[in-house]
Amino acid sequence: MKRSTWLFCALLLVPAFAFASEASKWKMEPFHPNLQDKPSLQRGARLFVNYCMGCHSLKFQRYERTADDLEIPHDIFMANLVFTGQKIGALMNNALPVEKSKAWFGAAPPDLTMVAKLRGGEWVYNYLKAFYIDDARPFGVNNMVFENVAMPDPFLQLQGTPVLACHQVPKIAVNGGEMRDPLVQGRAITEEKCGFIDVVQGTGQLNAQEFDQAVYDIVNFLYYVAEPARIERERLGIYVLLFLVVLYVFTALLGREYNKEVH
Amino acid sequence: MWTTFMSWVDRRFPATETFEYHMSKYYAPKNFNFWYYFGVIATVVLVLQLVTGIWLTMSYVPTGDGAFASVEYIMRDVEFGWLLRYLHTTGASAFFVVVYLHMFRGLMYGSYREPRELLWLIGMAIFIAMMAEGFFGYLLPWGNMSYWAAQVIVSLFGAIPVIGGDLMEWIRGDFLISEITLNRFFALHVIALPLVLVMLVFVHIVALHHVGSNNPDGVEIKKNKNADGIPLDGIPFHPYYTIGHDLPGIVLFLIVFCAIVFYLPEMGGYFIEKPNFDEANPLKTPDHIAPVWYYTPFYAMLRAATYPLLGLDAKFWGFVVMAGAIVVPAMLPWLDRSPVKSIRYKGTTSKVMLAIFIVSFFILGYLGTIPPSIVATAAAQVCTVLYFGYFVLMPWYTRVEKTKPAPDRVTMR
Repeated sequence: MKRSTWLFCALLLVPAFAFASEASKWKMEPFHPNLQDKPSLQRGARLFVNYCMGCHSLKFQRYERTADDLEIPHDIFMANLVFTGQKIGALMNNALPVEKSKAWFGAAPPDLTMVAKLRGGEWVYNYLKAFYIDDARPFGVNNMVFENVAMPDPFLQLQGTPVLACHQVPKIAVNGGEMRDPLVQGRAITEEKCGFIDVVQGTGQLNAQEFDQAVYDIVNFLYYVAEPARIERERLGIYVLLFLVVLYVFTALLGREYNKEVH
Repeated sequence: MWTTFMSWVDRRFPATETFEYHMSKYYAPKNFNFWYYFGVIATVVLVLQLVTGIWLTMSYVPTGDGAFASVEYIMRDVEFGWLLRYLHTTGASAFFVVVYLHMFRGLMYGSYREPRELLWLIGMAIFIAMMAEGFFGYLLPWGNMSYWAAQVIVSLFGAIPVIGGDLMEWIRGDFLISEITLNRFFALHVIALPLVLVMLVFVHIVALHHVGSNNPDGVEIKKNKNADGIPLDGIPFHPYYTIGHDLPGIVLFLIVFCAIVFYLPEMGGYFIEKPNFDEANPLKTPDHIAPVWYYTPFYAMLRAATYPLLGLDAKFWGFVVMAGAIVVPAMLPWLDRSPVKSIRYKGTTSKVMLAIFIVSFFILGYLGTIPPSIVATAAAQVCTVLYFGYFVLMPWYTRVEKTKPAPDRVTMR
C-alpha cells in the first residue's frame, strides 16, 4: 500500500469510540449466551412458558420453530409447553387482554421476542436477579436495575424472599488494590456498602446457584428467540467465507497473469 | 456459429460496438491503484441492494400494523429471509463506505477537474439520491428509531420560515409520522429513487467513458497516443481491469462484507440501532435519537448551529449548514485553482488541508452519534469551520502554494 493509504488507515482510528458506562448502584454481572447448550435452552423455554408467558408474549416467534431449533419432539412440546390449545405452527401469543393489563399493571407487559436485542442479554439477566422486597411499591417488590418497575417478582417462589442488605466490603485504595490494616497483618480495612440483595434462608425452592442457573437459562432462551436464525447464520458464515477465500486465491492468480502483460 | 449470430445481432443492435466502446477498447490509465476499486465495488453493491430489495419487497408489508411484524416474519419464517435482510442492511452501510472512499479518491487525485466537471456533478447527484434513498428506507422497518429519526429529519423542514409548517405536513401527508408517511416513503424507496439512482449511475458511466478516467498522477493519457490513436499509457479496460484488477478486488470486498453480514450484522448498534428492535411508538421517544452512522457528520453540523441570526432561529441555520455541507463538494471543480490535479504534485498546504478535512469529517461523524453537550457542540463547531475551510479557502491555497511539476506520462509507483 502507498503512504497515503497508510495515512488514511491511521486517520480512521482518530475518533476513539468510547462509551461512558451508566453509573448505577447495581454491579452488572456478565452474561455469556451459549446457543449450543440445548439443555439450557430447553430449560429456559420451560421456565419462560411457566413463569413469564402468562403476561409476556413472544408474538413474532412460532412454537414449531422453537421446538425444532431446541430439538424438542413436537408431541412432547405440545404436551408440556403449549397450554392454550394453540396449534404447533401458531405464534407464541398469550391471552392477556392488552387494555385490561394496562389497568392492572399500569402498563401492558411488553412483548419479549426481541428484548435480548433491545436491552441486551446482560441487562435482562441482571434485571431478573435484581428484584427485592419493597413495601412501598404496589406489588411489594422493587428492582435495582429498573427502578420502580411496574412488574411483580415472578421468582419469589423459586428464589425465596430477596431483601436489600448492606455488607462490609474491603475498602479500595487509589491504586485499585484492597486496603490492608497497617497494624494487624493481613486484615482488610472494610467499609459498609449497600445495594446488595440477600435471600432469606429457607424461603426459596432453589439455592443461589440453582437460581442463577435458572435465570441464565431463561435469558439464554430469550437470546435465542431474539434471533433464531443466529445459529444457522454463524454456521453458514464459515462456509461462505471459506469459499470466498478460495475464490480470491484463484481470481488473484488469474489477475496476476493479466497484470504480467502490463508494463 | 457465434460470429454469424453476432453479425446478425450487430446489424440490428450495436452490441459489439457498445462492448468495445465501454469495455475492450475503452483505454484506462495503466497506473490505477488501491483507490480505484471503489467505483466498481459501488456498482456491485448497487446491484446487490436492488436484488435483495426486490426479494424483501415480496414479503414486506408497508402498513402501520404490518411493517414491523413483516420484518420479523422475514427474519424468522421466510427461507433465508434473514440473509436477504442482513445483506440489505449491511449493503446500505457498505454503499456509503465505498462511496465515501470513492469520493475521497476524487479529492486526492483531482478527479473533479476539467474535463470531468459534469462527471463529478453527476456523482454528487448520485450521493444526494443515495442519502434520500437511505433516509426513506430507514423508516420502513417501522422500529422506534426509524420513527423518531424520520420525525427529527422531517421536522427540519419546519425550520424554513413561512412555509415550514405546511411543508412538513405536505411531506408527511399527516400531522405526524403515520402509515400515510410510511406508504409514500415505501413508494419512494422501492420505485422512485432506485430508478433515479440507476439512471444517474448509467449517465455517470457514460460521462466517464466519454472523458476517460483520471489516474493517481492526474495527467491526461489522451495527450500521448500512438499511431493508431490509442493512448500510450492506456490499457483496455477489459480484460486488464475487469479480470486483472477488479475481480480479485471485488472478492476481497465480499470477504469483508460477508464477515460482517454473518458475524456482525448489527455492528454494535451502528448498522441496526438497538431502539429499532422496539416497534414504532409515537408516545415513547428513545432516550437518544441518532441517525445511522453515514449521516452523522452532517447531523453533527446541523446541531453545531446554535445561534439565531437575522431573525431566523438556530434550527433553520443548522438546516442551511447541513444542506451546505452536503452540496459544497459540488463546487470543487471551480474552487481548485492548482496547476496540477493530483495530491502527489500539490503543495504541503493542500495535503494538510485534505488531512484536516478528513479528520474533522471523522470527528463530526463521531460527535453525531453522541448526545449533545457543551464540549461536544464546541468541538462540532470547530470541525464544521474546518470542514468548510477546506472548500472556502481552496481557491487561495491551491494558487499560492508551491507545487511540484506533474510528469507528462503516468508513473508506476
